[in-house]
Amino acid sequence: MELMEGELEKITAEVEQVIKDQGTERERLIPILQGVQEKLGYLPKEAMKKVAEAVEVSEVEIYEIATFYNQFRLNPPGKHQIKVCMGTACHMTGGNIIMESFERRLDIKEGETTPDREFSLERVACVGCCALAPVVVVDENVEAKVRPTRVDGILLGFDMEKKAAEKEMQKAASEQKTQEEEG
Amino acid sequence: MTHSSHILICRGTACVSTESQEVQNELEKQVRERGLSEQVRVVHTGCFGFCARGPVMVILPRGTMYCEVRVEDVGEIIERHILGGEIIERLLFKDPQTYEPTEKIDEVDFFRKQVRIALRNCGHINPDDIEEYIARDGYKALGKVLTESTPEEVVNIIKKSELRGRGGGGFPTGLKWELTRKSVDDIKYVICNADEGDPGAFMDRSILEGDPHSVLEAMAIAGYAIGARQGFVYVRAEYAIAVERLNNAIKQARQKGLLGKKLFETEFDFDIELRLGAGAFVCGEETALITSIEGNRGEPRPRPPFPAQKGLWGKPTLINNVETLANIPAVILKGPEWYASFGTEKSKGTKVFAIAGKIGNTGLIEVPMGISLREVIYDIGGGIPDGREFKAAQTGGPSGGCIPATLIDIPIEYDSLLEAGSMMGSGGLIVMDDSDCMVDIAKFYLEFTCDESCGKCTPCRVGTKRMLEILERITEGRGREEDIDLLKELGHGIKETSLCGLGQSAPNPVLSTLRYFEEEYMAHIRDKVCPAGVCKKLSKIRIIPEECKKCGACTKVCPVGAIKGKPKELHEIDPDKCIKCEECIKKCHFKAIKK
Repeated sequence: MELMEGELEKITAEVEQVIKDQGTERERLIPILQGVQEKLGYLPKEAMKKVAEAVEVSEVEIYEIATFYNQFRLNPPGKHQIKVCMGTACHMTGGNIIMESFERRLDIKEGETTPDREFSLERVACVGCCALAPVVVVDENVEAKVRPTRVDGILLGFDMEKKAAEKEMQKAASEQKTQEEEG
Repeated sequence: MTHSSHILICRGTACVSTESQEVQNELEKQVRERGLSEQVRVVHTGCFGFCARGPVMVILPRGTMYCEVRVEDVGEIIERHILGGEIIERLLFKDPQTYEPTEKIDEVDFFRKQVRIALRNCGHINPDDIEEYIARDGYKALGKVLTESTPEEVVNIIKKSELRGRGGGGFPTGLKWELTRKSVDDIKYVICNADEGDPGAFMDRSILEGDPHSVLEAMAIAGYAIGARQGFVYVRAEYAIAVERLNNAIKQARQKGLLGKKLFETEFDFDIELRLGAGAFVCGEETALITSIEGNRGEPRPRPPFPAQKGLWGKPTLINNVETLANIPAVILKGPEWYASFGTEKSKGTKVFAIAGKIGNTGLIEVPMGISLREVIYDIGGGIPDGREFKAAQTGGPSGGCIPATLIDIPIEYDSLLEAGSMMGSGGLIVMDDSDCMVDIAKFYLEFTCDESCGKCTPCRVGTKRMLEILERITEGRGREEDIDLLKELGHGIKETSLCGLGQSAPNPVLSTLRYFEEEYMAHIRDKVCPAGVCKKLSKIRIIPEECKKCGACTKVCPVGAIKGKPKELHEIDPDKCIKCEECIKKCHFKAIKK
């Protein structure tokens, strides 16, 4: 994924800070990567390079660890993070159909982020709410007993929210313009 | 100041999802506004286990349990229950069959048959307040062993209790302690394995969320017994609430001098640090967990040497699971004979299970070993919903297997489950009915282990992949008759030659379903039919023309627009577009859509 403007500077600064807090010992490697992801939301290639340099291990070793553990993500998270539970209880009640519905509606695969970085889609293994299966965690909210029609509803909700916000902004902009004209 | 009423509200993960936090906020607000703060105390607790009916609330001293409490109910609870002394029948638990309400928590069938030792404090105390733990004899066991017993005596108590590891393996805990104690070294470690990764199991998380101090206390006792001064809790980073409560508990214990230097004014020092696991199922295996703490990919090492001899940074290390540890303080205080009085000859004590799937009361239970599967499913679990039939129960998650309906009276203990081709595992118990496909469930677990295989040894890395490919072709209608034998041969080979527990148990879900449900596999292979109607490529949803009233309701709910036909025209499902979500079946009032 392409870096956005100013992102490289932010990556460099955050990685330096995390390394300062955690130290550069080999056993701190996983906590360092966890720290970087906490700050940046994911592990950009540039950050992994910087960590490799600081801890004095090869870049491939960092990549090895980043791809081994499920917690680490190599893509930036979307503005809205969608996590579909794929635990056993959710699987039995159609969790995979819910995952497919999101994939189809967002036109991305699990583990990816939409190009506008609005949504990211992940699978998670059991969020521990088996009584509510199938479960989807949208941002921090747990959606219980989700059906494909609810998937449409969730996305429609965000869409309306976004449109309302845009309208607000347009309105504010035009009000400002009239004020300026009058002034 | 003593309060005349305590309102306990569950703040476990499932209840939080159904807004127990909001209910608590509203309760606190109304108690304050009505000037009742001196009489009524609102306490948030860990998981009661009754997740299916959350948010759950218990009002003491009566012990009244209210289920599915909403923010709107709070006013009535204060008005009628607290001030008026009435019971609000509407909010009581009602038997799913007879609709009879039950008032008190300990009279509900779900709780009546349970014996809570590891979960003794979950749902009773505020996990963020060490005083509440101490008030229920917390840290008394640590004080007792430090001042009254030698380390050898502690090891002997645990040996005598016959407690076995609750993480899955079932290795005798006392023996593990003894082996680590006998390894000679100045530095030793105690590790609590809280890397719960079985999809569908959340026992350890609930204990950490509901009673974190019991685990910390047990680790200190273990440290004293084996001669360690440092402990680590390896907990999944995803368990945000558990991590927060553990951090808080460690801080409080240090402030009270219950962790740190010279505990109970003896020469014994012990401290605990957290290590956050980054999400890898294999790290539940003890040697993989150790390599992960050391900062590497969590790959297992060959044993011997066992961690008891050479573990973390090459030092003797004791690794126990959360639930195992949570039992320890109770064993010390009440005695090993008391603990061993529960259970069967070879499996003593109790076991916590997370029951889920096609069952009435999804939740967390603790039962004495040897209880029958029937009692768990029908008496505690409330039976199978929707009038369906019990087909099988899966225990042990991706490492375990299925127990068919014919074996429903099997006692739940380590050996009988192994004999039946399953295993105790960490305590996930998934109930399946006749609408579940056994081939699909085996494929689901194998997909999981295949994905989580660390890749170090060939049988597991390549073997599970090959088995998965075979299962995929069977569920897609491309299976061959010889696949059954091939699956068995591969499965046994992987079990015998894999390096660690993950690979050695990965074929179990396939082998056990083959043992009891070979016919179902054959139906997929020979007849190209999925009898349960789960495997998408082998099932078809169709509209019965004679039954269809042409109302158009189904066309509106179909998320992919696979149903053609305007109102008053005969409807038809496009099989290529259909995703088999069954929304139309649920919507049709005339039962004209079938699979």
